[in-house]
This record gives sequence, C-alpha cells and structure tokens, in this order.
Amino acid sequence: MTTVETRVETSLSPRAGTIGTSPTRPDGIAKVQGSFEFSSDISADGCLWGATLRSPHPHARIRSIDVSAAWKIPGVETVITAADVPGQLTYGLIAQDQPVFADDVVRYVGEPIAAIAADHPETCRRALEAIVVDYEVLEPLLDPEAAIAGTLGPIHPDGNVIRHQRIVCGDPAVTGEITVEGTYEIGMQDQAFLGLEAALAVPDPGGKGVELHVATQWLHEDQGQIAACLDLPVDAVRLVLGGVGGAFGAREDISLQVHTCLLALRLGRPVRIAYSRAESFLGHVHRHPATIWMRHHATAGGEIVKIEARMVMDGGAYASTSSAVLVNAVTHTQGPYRCPNAVVDGYAVRTNHLPCGAMRGFGVVQACFAHESQMDELARACGVDPVDIRLRNAMHTGDPLITGQPVLNVAPVERCILDTAALPLPDAPVGGHPMAEGVIDAMQLPGGAGRTADRSDVVRGIGWGVAIKNLMYSEGFDDYSTARCRLAEGVVTLKFATSEVGQGFVTIAPQIARTILGVDDVRLDRIDTQVGSAGSTSASRQTWMSGGAVDLACRTVRERMFEHVGRIHGVDPLRLGVDGTDLVDTVSGWRLSVVEATAGVEFDETVEYRHPETSDLDENGQGNCHTAFAFVAHRAVVDVDPELGLVKVVQVATAQDVGRALNPLSVLGQIEGGIAQGLGLAVMEEIVQIDGVIRNGNFTDYLLPTFLDMPEVVATLVEEPDPYAPLGAKGVGEPPCISSTPAIVNAIRDALRQVDGVGRPLTRVPVRPSDICL
Amino acid sequence: MPVHLPDSVETAVVHLAEDPAATVLAGGTDLMVEVNDGRRRPDGSLVVVNRIPELRSWRRDAAASSVTIGAAVSYREIETGPLGELVPALAQAARTVGSPQIRNAGTLGGNLGTCSPAGDGLPVLAALDATIELSSVSGRRIVPVGEFMVGVKRNALLPGEMIVSVTVPLVEGWQGYAKVGVRNAMVIAVASACVVLDRQRQQVAVALGSVGPTILRCPDAERSLASSIDWDTLEVATVALERFGELVSSESRPITDHRSSADYRRHAVGVLARRLVRRASSSEVAA
Amino acid sequence: MTHDSDHYVLDVNGAPREVTDSWLGESLLDVLRDRLGLIGTKGACEQGECGSCSVMVDGVLVCSCLVMAAGAVGQPIQTIEGVAPVGAPTDVQAAFVEAGAVQCGFCTPGLIMAVHDLLERTPKPTDTEIREELAGNVCRCTGYGRIIEAVKQVSVARRGRPS
Repeated sequence: MTTVETRVETSLSPRAGTIGTSPTRPDGIAKVQGSFEFSSDISADGCLWGATLRSPHPHARIRSIDVSAAWKIPGVETVITAADVPGQLTYGLIAQDQPVFADDVVRYVGEPIAAIAADHPETCRRALEAIVVDYEVLEPLLDPEAAIAGTLGPIHPDGNVIRHQRIVCGDPAVTGEITVEGTYEIGMQDQAFLGLEAALAVPDPGGKGVELHVATQWLHEDQGQIAACLDLPVDAVRLVLGGVGGAFGAREDISLQVHTCLLALRLGRPVRIAYSRAESFLGHVHRHPATIWMRHHATAGGEIVKIEARMVMDGGAYASTSSAVLVNAVTHTQGPYRCPNAVVDGYAVRTNHLPCGAMRGFGVVQACFAHESQMDELARACGVDPVDIRLRNAMHTGDPLITGQPVLNVAPVERCILDTAALPLPDAPVGGHPMAEGVIDAMQLPGGAGRTADRSDVVRGIGWGVAIKNLMYSEGFDDYSTARCRLAEGVVTLKFATSEVGQGFVTIAPQIARTILGVDDVRLDRIDTQVGSAGSTSASRQTWMSGGAVDLACRTVRERMFEHVGRIHGVDPLRLGVDGTDLVDTVSGWRLSVVEATAGVEFDETVEYRHPETSDLDENGQGNCHTAFAFVAHRAVVDVDPELGLVKVVQVATAQDVGRALNPLSVLGQIEGGIAQGLGLAVMEEIVQIDGVIRNGNFTDYLLPTFLDMPEVVATLVEEPDPYAPLGAKGVGEPPCISSTPAIVNAIRDALRQVDGVGRPLTRVPVRPSDICL
Repeated sequence: MPVHLPDSVETAVVHLAEDPAATVLAGGTDLMVEVNDGRRRPDGSLVVVNRIPELRSWRRDAAASSVTIGAAVSYREIETGPLGELVPALAQAARTVGSPQIRNAGTLGGNLGTCSPAGDGLPVLAALDATIELSSVSGRRIVPVGEFMVGVKRNALLPGEMIVSVTVPLVEGWQGYAKVGVRNAMVIAVASACVVLDRQRQQVAVALGSVGPTILRCPDAERSLASSIDWDTLEVATVALERFGELVSSESRPITDHRSSADYRRHAVGVLARRLVRRASSSEVAA
Repeated sequence: MTHDSDHYVLDVNGAPREVTDSWLGESLLDVLRDRLGLIGTKGACEQGECGSCSVMVDGVLVCSCLVMAAGAVGQPIQTIEGVAPVGAPTDVQAAFVEAGAVQCGFCTPGLIMAVHDLLERTPKPTDTEIREELAGNVCRCTGYGRIIEAVKQVSVARRGRPS
C-alpha cells in the first residue's frame, strides 16, 4: 500500500501545469495543424505496401491455396502464408490459440490466410483477388448454448468452452420475499476508433531484427508475441509507438503486427500495412455479445437478499481475453450494492463468430446493463423509487463483492447517486424552447431533421444507472509500469512505454513531474520499447500505474536531488522540500530554485511501480482477485416517440468517483467520450452477423453517435482521494460508458410506461425502434 | 483515359456518344463509395458535368408554374436557398441528406442517376409528378419521374444519355416530407414519405421511399384522403386519417434487411403519412 | 476542356501540384496523402460518413474521399495544411487545444476545416446550428462537448474583435 506523501508544500492555488490544473496537451498544436503523425502517416524510403487475404467463410477447411497467379502480377514482391512463419504459429493474450495465418481451417469471416507485399495498394488489391483458395465449407457453430452443451464437435483443439466460472457465496438456498428476474441481451459493439490500423516495419540490415512503428495499446506485449512468431530474441524486435487514433480495447490484440514484420524481413525492405474500415471491422476484436439471466431476491422493503445469474458470453473464434472479460462480468454481478448471497454461473464460449476481446468496460458493461435493469424492476416490485432502491442497497467502503473481496477503496456510492440527483434537470420541455410563437426546432425532437414527430407525439422519461468497475488487472496478474526520469540542466525528461491513445497521459505525466520536482520544463522522450513495460492502456489503469511509475521515478530523483543539495549546502536532506519551483529548507526557510540547485549534475532513475498482489478465484469464485474499484452514477433524460420508436437523449447527468482529478479538463473529456459510447450501445451500435457473416462492416450501417445524437452532459466529480492510489487518483476511462447505457434504457422504459402504464421490457441493447413500437 | 470537363450539354453528349464506357460524374457521393470499395472501376473516359452552367442553375417558369432544377444543383443549395422556399418538401428532404459535406457535393441528378429507393429527394419528385429532361446527341426528351425510376438502382437512361434537369410543378396547398432513420444525422432512410395536398385540383399525392424496389405512390390512400379531407382547412377527421394511414401501409412493399424489418417499415410509413397530413392543419410548426 | 486521367495539375493550397501515375478512380484523399505528401487530411471510412477527410474544394466543404481527384482540376483545394502556417495556429485551432477538444486527434483536421467553414457562413451559431453543421464529422473520443465549447469560444471572441 502506498500512502500519499506530503513532502511537497504547495502554495494555495496550484502552479500552472501541475497536478490539479488543466494544462493543454503537448501534442495539441500538432494535432490541430495536421502535422501530428499517426501510424498511418508514417512511411519510409523504398517502402512497399502489404495487404491481407481473409476468409469469406465463418468455418471451412482449406484444401489448397494457390498463390501462383498473384506472383505473376507486375509489382508483387512476395506472397506469404502459414508455411512462412518461422517461429510460433499462433499467438494470443492469454492462450496462444490464434494462428498468424490460417493453415488447415478457417474459423471466422475475416481470418487471415495470406499476405502480399507490392508496390502500390492497387497492386495488392489485384494480387489478393488472384489468390485461389479451395475451401470445403463447414457448418459454422453459431449458438453459444450449443457450445456449452457440447452438441457439436470442438471447432478448435482447445475446445468450445473458453472458461466457466462459478460464484457461490453465502447461503445459496435462501430466498427473498420479492423476486424479479429477466433475461438480458447485449449486442456486439465495436470500438470503432477512427485511426485505422496501420504499421510500418523496417527490417535491420542482415534481417536479424526489425523496428516496428505501430499504433497499439501495449508495446511490450506486442513485442513478446511478435518475437515468438518471428523466432527472434525479444530485444531484436523494437517497437515504436506510432500516433494512435483511439483504441478502446481494439488494439490490445495483435492484428497486423506479425504480418507486417514477416513481409519486411522476408524482403529486406520496409513494408507498411494499412487497413480500410471494412477490413478494420474484421481485423480487431469486439465487445462480447452476451445473454444474461438474472434473478434478484429482496426483502419487502427492497433490500437485496440474494442474486442468481447465468451469463453466457460469445467469445467468437479465438480466446483473446475472453477469460478475463468473463471474470469481470461475473464478479460484478451484484453491481455497487450489498449482496450477502449469490449463485452465478458464467461461460465464455467459442463460436465461429468474429473474435471478441477487450472493449472499454471489459465485461462490466454487460453485467451492468443486467443489474441496473433489474434494479428498476426491483424498485417497481417493491413500490420503491428507483433512486431510493439504489441508495438502500448502496455499498460502502469495506463491503464485500460476492467473491468475498472487501472493497477497501473509497466507495462513495450514495454520494455519486445523491450528487447526480442534485444536478439540474433540463429546463427545456419536450421539443425544446420554442424558437418563435408556434415554431419549434425540429432538431429538438426524436427523428431530428427527418421531422418524424410533432411535440404531441413525444413522451419524456428519466432513468438511472449506477456502476462499480474494477481498475487495473486481476487474478494474480503481475501488473506493473516502468518510468524513467532524468533531471539535467533544469530540464526533466520522462521516458515511458505508456501508450498514448488520446486519453491524455502525455499531459498528466509532465504535470506530475512539475509538481514533484518543481521544474516547469518537462519533455517527453519517444514512446518505445527502449524502456521497460508500462502495461496496457486499458482497464482504466494508466493514471494509477504509469502515473504511479512517473510519480515514483520523480520522487526517486527528488531524493537524489535532496541528498545532493544537502551535501553541497550542509543541510539535512530530511528538512528539504519543494515549494513551487524552489527547493526549500522547511526549517530555516532557506530556498534556491531547483534549476540553480541542480546545475551541473544529472539524475537519472528508472523505476517499476507495482500494485499489491491479487489472487485467483477458487472453484466457488471466492478470492480477492481485483485490485481496486471506482464508482459512478448516471441519470438520463430521454424523449421518446412511442409510435415510431425513435429516441432523443436530452441530457445525461453524472457524478463520478475519481479520487482526485489530476487534470479536470481531461477527466471531463473521458466522461463525455465514455457517455457517447454508452449512448451508442443503448440505441444504435451493433455489429450484425447473420449466418456468421458481418452485414454492416462500414460506417454507413454501423452507426456511431454524431453531434446531433449526443445530449448535454452535466457532470460533477466526487473527489475523495483514494488512500491506495499513488496520487489519490482513480482511473476514469471506463465508468462513463458502463452505467450510462442502462440509464438511457431505463429512461426509455420510464417514458413508455407513462403511455399505457405497462411499457416495454426492452431487455436488449441496442434498443431498436421496433422494440419500442411493435 | 481522357477526363472531360465540358461547359455545355451539347459538348457533354458528344463525349458520351464517342465512348459508350464513359462515366458521368457530378458530386461523386454515390460513385466514389463504390470505387473506394473496389466494387467499381471506371475504365472508360470520365465526363465531369458539374461545370456546365445549365446543370448548375435553376429557374422558375412563372407561366407554367413550375421550377426547373439543373441536375448538378447541390442539395445544399436546395436546402438553404430560395429554391427551398418554392418547393418546401424538397428542402425538407435535402436537409436530411447525409451531412453538410455530402449536401455540398450531392445532387438531385445524382439521386436520379443512382435511383435507389432510399434516395432522399426522390419521393418528393414522385409526389409532385416531376418530369426529367434527358439529352443525348439525338436530342432531348422529357420523361415523367415515375417512368424514369424503373427499379432498384435502375433508371430509364438510354446509352449516351445524361440527365439535364428536373422540372417540378409548384403546387398551391401543402406539402411535407418525413424520413425515419435510427440516428439523427447521416442516415439512410429506413422509411420515408412525401405528402402533397393540391388544393387547386383537390388531389392528394403520397410517395414512399425505402419500402419498395422504387419510389411508390399510394393511389388507394390518395383517393381515400382526397374525398375525406376538408379542402379549405385541410383538416381530416380522426377515423378517416387512421384509415388513410392504414391504406398507406397496405400499399407499401417493404423488405427485411440488415437495416430494418418489413413489419417496421410498413408500420412506419403509415405513421409518417398520417402525421404529415395532420401537420397540414396544425398550428404548431417545426422549423 | 480535357486532360489525361493519369497526369494533371491540381490547385492545392494556392500552389499548382502536378499529379502523375494516378489511376482514374483515385480519390482526392489518396492523391493528397499518397502522391502529394499532404498527410494532414485523414481517411477513416472511405464512404463520406465520418468527415475526417474534409477539405475545401471550390469554396465548399466536401469529403475528399468522395471526390475523384481527376475531376477536381481547375477547382481551388484547401487542406488543413493550407489553413495556417505550422506554429501559427488560427483562433479555431488554438481554441480546440485550449478547450480540451482534442484527444486522439484523428478527427481533428477534418473538424477544423468544418468549423472554419461554419463560422465563415454563420458567425453566431446557436447550439443546434453548431451540431447540425458539424454532424458530418464524427468523433469517437470526446463526446463532442469540448468541441462545441471551443466553437462557442471562438464565436464570442470574434465578435469582440474591433471591426
């Protein structure tokens, strides 16, 4: 456990650019001027283009692959298949079950079979068309229940059940006076980052190593997997972070990394691969679609007595992180509430659908939609207000999850709910304030410019969602981050491998350094594998872990600085502190600017920051498997056209437990961005697969929320510094997209109930118009 | 391959006659999606028609009480300019086309050329009984829009022909357009409807989009409403209005696809048509 | 007027730029990025559904992925690189950074183009007008709130300027 040290004396209002202020991001000007290099902007002299041949079938045996016609096309330099993989033939984050190239069987539409390098993307396209693959089409396994029941043979040597996890706590036989149950479905959401997958591989002369420029979430994990497949030592594979255009979980798994390196090494020339949007939909993992049955038992007054649940998550063709996603889902069954008894069965299964893995929220999105829908049902069954039912059951610090793990972090659930409730409701009525007498703005109604509704067609509803989310990694994973801090000539240089995907770590890292060291000029070294691993930019972990590493590295430098200054100026180092940009003797008041005090010397420290160990879950799902937790509440106001089933989200209000806002503007950005993704899952985003084939792998038909779909967001931060977090700050990235979805759906249900007293169950997200009106 | 940028229709049609494989290009908002996807590769010459003044302009014919709109007039101009005040339903439809970027480039001629049943301006043209002017080296001809739109992405253009303009009658009465999409911007119509109430002729026109292989008219519903509407106030009794909506639904021929179901589309067009008629006599207006 | 599909000159940011070896259907986006080295314009969807590729052609805002490059001859083209010299951002660009409207930044160049166009045509846009005029630009990171704030800030600041 790391305590928050107090050797920094800060003046009353924080110095510009330090923790607690909102300095602008260092890459901001480059981004607004178009000079910032994303991985798709990086090129090299003599560079070739690569492209990937993908399976059109969800399940088929490959009888033969004939690449001869492709070789004949002018401009084609090489064609590679599974036979050309020198090292490990498969890769994967947990189990290495996913082939670099399919060899004898393809297991999903889009599975890579071969790759080409040529002089131009057009040449690549024609060459891919010229490859002839003879498939024996097989019956795809598409029903997760069939995977569990074992009615069909295994579609992979590792079997069709990726993981089964059971949780039993308390008395499984106890019942409650009131029971409510439902079966909830969550569709497959896509991360849909804008910055399409792209990489540039530059082989070393002699071919014994390679430098890969790629947009990714975890440089060192990629490095390890790539090296194994290339049969190269790990440090011969050097990764440099290319500018990342968003991630949201879709860049945790290998996509084009090995292919790009293989092509480059084979030819001894740089090769770049860039995916189109259609290919991107096939080339990365997606959020697990899930079916969740849940039954809550409660007292007549609405206190939860027991929860039963059965969760089935469709992991698609390869395991990816399905095992961990499932554990997250089942361990969050109870939500941010006290629950003394539980029986939960969770399955992550393999099918011939698109592979699923990490997406912001990581299993908790699915569980939360179920438990928050249930809480509303429970409220109605008990005759209790939906806010009161949540307050009545709210967790406090020290309360356990159904895994037995006590939540030791700050757990301000009641405060999140009450602070959210205190935020003003929208002052505009249905249809907005009139523009003039008898004239309203069509854009304020559901349907927008489509002018589908008039005011009398629309009903307003209010709904709530509250969530708990684990932070960092779980189940004993050795989760750590590395940072290097150098102080010389009055300049601090930080080096880390923390992947900046847009969230703003590059902004807060210098803030930390400025605060700890009293130096304003802080520069960032290139993000690459020349320093130790920072772990993944995921699981809302980087502020805590990489922030913790930068903090620890800076404190270590500061200790050296105090020792040095103490020696030179005859002061006991224990009396020294940093105040603003000065070094001070806290007893005598003597001070000297840090820059002056460190003239002519250099301090250079590299540290690893680790969080305390976590454990595995036993066969009853008991164990302290998570690291830390954060909480959030959302209230949604929606206007619904019940006859056409169209929805306009009018406002989302939220109070989020952030511990401490290191950069309040960045926190707000995460909140608003996360709510947009929660809204997307609630009413419009879903990858549609029919017979195992994706039908909407493009932005015309995979709908992302636009400016016209996003509502006003009213946000307040709950800042109760967490004693376990190195800077008091909790991760903030995931909570906003977790309970915003059920808040919106609960609001739609509320609106519909006003129409006929009954409403609609709306047990599936995304809610479609026909779910509302037919 | 040659890329032609003619400055007159006469020059353009000569290029088309010379090269049967020529591709006509105006805004490119439909064509380029297919090219980018690899589904289409223009292999003949390119004839860019959006520099032709006749195609980029529109004029009002006071005598004939109609408006003639050049095929390359952008949806943006239709949405925001004085043209929109003359044909309000067309301006309403234009506002729902894609995004500002798409509207700046997309044209009515392009919508007609592609001839998708989801083309946003097309139900309005059908409800107003617009006519299309075509030209080739053989001369010009006029085709009623109903005959021009033949099927799913199939129109009546003959080889060597290009679309020059659309002539839309100006109707005294009321007209309106509505479109259902799952999101509030940049969405392909799941169902759309245009209603025109012609007070002078005491006729009703209802045209539906995205619920058939091409734009559909609803003759049964039109007849039913024409006889039950109060032509002075444009009010309709509730029962007659509901009957009207049911008839519209019954005359639609929707399919189920990845965007929506036939059941929903059938239901939606009935609701849209009913609400549009109700709007004609409403005191509250949405701008 | 006629030119060859694989050899023509485009007017980009006020300068004539020669394009050679292009293929007939190549989009303006690809020509700008891959042939003219102007990588500021981004492509994210190939269908005109995200606005990341927004540029000005002949004075109007369009998606460059939907413009056939060979057909844009003779029309002035402005890309993000032509908006301001590097290091001297416009008020819109500076406001985006100040207001926290930039996260990953992939949508940003297209948005900057769209906002400049919006404020030229509508100097005092309402909240709805901002949303409707920018509805062709999708952002996956920010949720739009800080972007709208940036636009409002610029609109107010411009009104305060002496005429």
